[in-house]
Amino acid sequence: MESSNLKQKIGFNILRLSMLVILLILGVILYDIISKGIGVINWQFITAAPKNGMTEGGIWPAIVGTFYVTVITAVVAVPLGVFAAIYLNEYARQGKITRLIRMAIRNLAGVPSIVYGLFGLALFVNVLGFGTSILSAGLTLGLMTLPVTITASEEALKAVPNSYRHGSLALGVSKWHSIRTNVLPYAIPGILTGTILGLARAAGETAPILFTGAAFFLPFLPQSLSSQFMALPYHLYIMSTQHHDIAKVRPLAYGTALVLIVLVLSMNLIAILLRSWLRKKNK
Amino acid sequence: MTNSTHKIIVEDLDFYYDDFQALEKVSLKAPANQVTALIGPSGCGKSTFLRTLNRMNDLIEGTQVEGKVLIDNEDIYQDDLDVVSLRKRVGMVFQDPNPFPKSIYDNVAYGPKAHGIKDKDKLDDIVEKSLKRAALWDEVHDRLDKSAIGISGGQQQRLCIARALAVNPDVILMDEPTSALDPVATAKIEELVEELKENYTIIIVTHSMQQAARISDYTAFFLTGEIVEAGPTEKIFERPEDQRTEDYITGRFG
Amino acid sequence: MQKRGKLSKFKEKAIEWFFFGNGILAIIILIGIFTLLLKEGLPTFQEVSIKEFLTSTDWNPTSYSNRSYGIVSLVYSTLLVTVGSLIFAVPLGIACAAYLAEVAHPRMREILKPTVEILAGIPSVVIGFLGIVLVGPMIAKVFNLSNGLNAINGSILLGVMALPTIISISEDAISAVPEEYKQASLALGTNEWHTLITVTLPAALSGIIAAVMLGMGRAIGETMAVLMATGNAPAFPESIFDSVRTMTATIAVELGEVPYNTTHYYSLFAIGLVLFLMTFVVNLISDLVLHKYGEGE
Repeated sequence: MESSNLKQKIGFNILRLSMLVILLILGVILYDIISKGIGVINWQFITAAPKNGMTEGGIWPAIVGTFYVTVITAVVAVPLGVFAAIYLNEYARQGKITRLIRMAIRNLAGVPSIVYGLFGLALFVNVLGFGTSILSAGLTLGLMTLPVTITASEEALKAVPNSYRHGSLALGVSKWHSIRTNVLPYAIPGILTGTILGLARAAGETAPILFTGAAFFLPFLPQSLSSQFMALPYHLYIMSTQHHDIAKVRPLAYGTALVLIVLVLSMNLIAILLRSWLRKKNK
Repeated sequence: MTNSTHKIIVEDLDFYYDDFQALEKVSLKAPANQVTALIGPSGCGKSTFLRTLNRMNDLIEGTQVEGKVLIDNEDIYQDDLDVVSLRKRVGMVFQDPNPFPKSIYDNVAYGPKAHGIKDKDKLDDIVEKSLKRAALWDEVHDRLDKSAIGISGGQQQRLCIARALAVNPDVILMDEPTSALDPVATAKIEELVEELKENYTIIIVTHSMQQAARISDYTAFFLTGEIVEAGPTEKIFERPEDQRTEDYITGRFG
Repeated sequence: MQKRGKLSKFKEKAIEWFFFGNGILAIIILIGIFTLLLKEGLPTFQEVSIKEFLTSTDWNPTSYSNRSYGIVSLVYSTLLVTVGSLIFAVPLGIACAAYLAEVAHPRMREILKPTVEILAGIPSVVIGFLGIVLVGPMIAKVFNLSNGLNAINGSILLGVMALPTIISISEDAISAVPEEYKQASLALGTNEWHTLITVTLPAALSGIIAAVMLGMGRAIGETMAVLMATGNAPAFPESIFDSVRTMTATIAVELGEVPYNTTHYYSLFAIGLVLFLMTFVVNLISDLVLHKYGEGE
């Protein structure tokens, strides 16, 4: 008995230690980026364009580019995701097609981001002729995010009690009207949570925009949907591997990394807070 | 009795969940403006039967109906029948009170709004009338804008009745409406049912024989998916013809 | 009695079809990806034999005299960094999942789970950047190398990126083990650790396998971290301290510079096709393991 209790003690401590390792990894990542990036952050860094061969100046065009491309991503991924989820949760009957759709969604979620990049290049840039542009990049990221928004929206719809649907249908209200007025409104906070998480991921992605519209350097902001654009993640990639004077621009790279993770993690944080608020409310 | 006094006529109704036959050759005539009680042990098919009358069973996959259900002499399972307008005429109150997470006012106004009534005065009028008919007006008239989730279970159930009344049905189906309520709330609902029959035809599923005896005019006894016996409540309870009915109402099983 | 017109019934049907169209979009996109990869990838084999593509270790499409299109060393590099990442991410991830599900105080869990999600939220380009500025120099120092941009660096980064997936899905699987199983074991007088090892974890095995497969799928398909931190030498790696170039990194590096509609261009799509098929199989396995009892959902 003694020895098995000792085993338990050691075992549990190994598990605790593993958790600590994870926290340590996260801590190191955040500490390194924040401590070395904070020094270059100032008003000019945020609001100016890069200057002197990107060895000076700021990252404003990259911030704006990331914002625009994420908006396009949302315009694609949110409605399509919600509609698909409405089909799956409200209309679909059990059967082969439904199973196939679910399998396709799970597989889409596992397709590598660079493959989405290839797909976007072939479809949007070449076949549809949108060229390398913010539109092509946004559409590519939108398709990549679609499985996330579908899954999140379906979860949210599933959480709406069936008694709301049946109560409404029993009043002689049509199915679509019931969904629109007595199901969807209660799913919106949940849909929002998952959607924000998906968009945060899209905003930080690089591989899908490499060949679909991201530009090395542009001194101006994107003017239209067919413009190329600078983006924070791509800018970080350039500044840390492709620049001719990497050592000199390293602080700028850190600053870019900091802005990027602040942006992405604050989106994550909003989603997490929204979700825990939701859980409390539903209790 | 002639057809004209029978609101609902069911003939040889079979009902299947996939391979399982839940109802077998059920026939029943429910008189207009009376309360018909459906009694029987759990799983006897009485709730399933109730849900064939407004086709709520359509929502379950793999179900199948054979036979005829006539409401006002119209077959509600005919091909071109519009289920949505059927449910407008045949309201339903569920076992567990299911108010929507909206205000009391919006719960009652939900149906009429969905059916295209936009005029505020008209809606106000419908809400007030419905709540009065459901004997809830006096208790909630000063907090119509409060959430319906905050009122008691008995009030919630009466709200659901008001919600059903607001779309102006002529039949109301009730699926064990008091099983989740305490005795005081139950008594109120029973009282209400007796008042409502003046204007509506009511079919009520109940687990309690006392309740059936108290409030119904007509009773049908279900057992394993069949109607064993149906007739005026008094007769069923005092002079049942079938031995099984007698066994059930005297509490020998079920 | 009032009857609604045929129109509103038609409208309801039309709405249902509209949503059905959106529903099958996922299938269309999946088929679309596959089809376009085929269309853009297959022309490779007008110039290159499939045998060379799949069996040669020599990838050198830009050579002036002797162009070669063998993907073996790229596939090997991908698998090398992937396996390397799983070697530490799997035990660490499962241990964390077990801690969260069985040991941690509920309030602690409420804090730790979102923290793991934060790790998942860090963009891969940032992880790759840290591979260059943090992990690389560390490896160079510890193993006394000229630089630390090599396979082991990539493995570490991929492991970190696969961890959140492995943790959260394993945790779900462990939490889903019915309480009765554990109670039955505890009632026999075994302690909690013994119950965890002999009852709970084996009962959650299918979910844990699925978690590992999903983590593996992510690692195989990850681009930026390996692109930035593994040195990208296209030669066949001799050891884990060699620079490697994965399939994803090859596409990322070369597609930006190659003229459209050349054999080189097509061959990168062919790599994408192989990559797609690899992750598809890995995801399918995890899918089958996770949903093998075909719950109705």
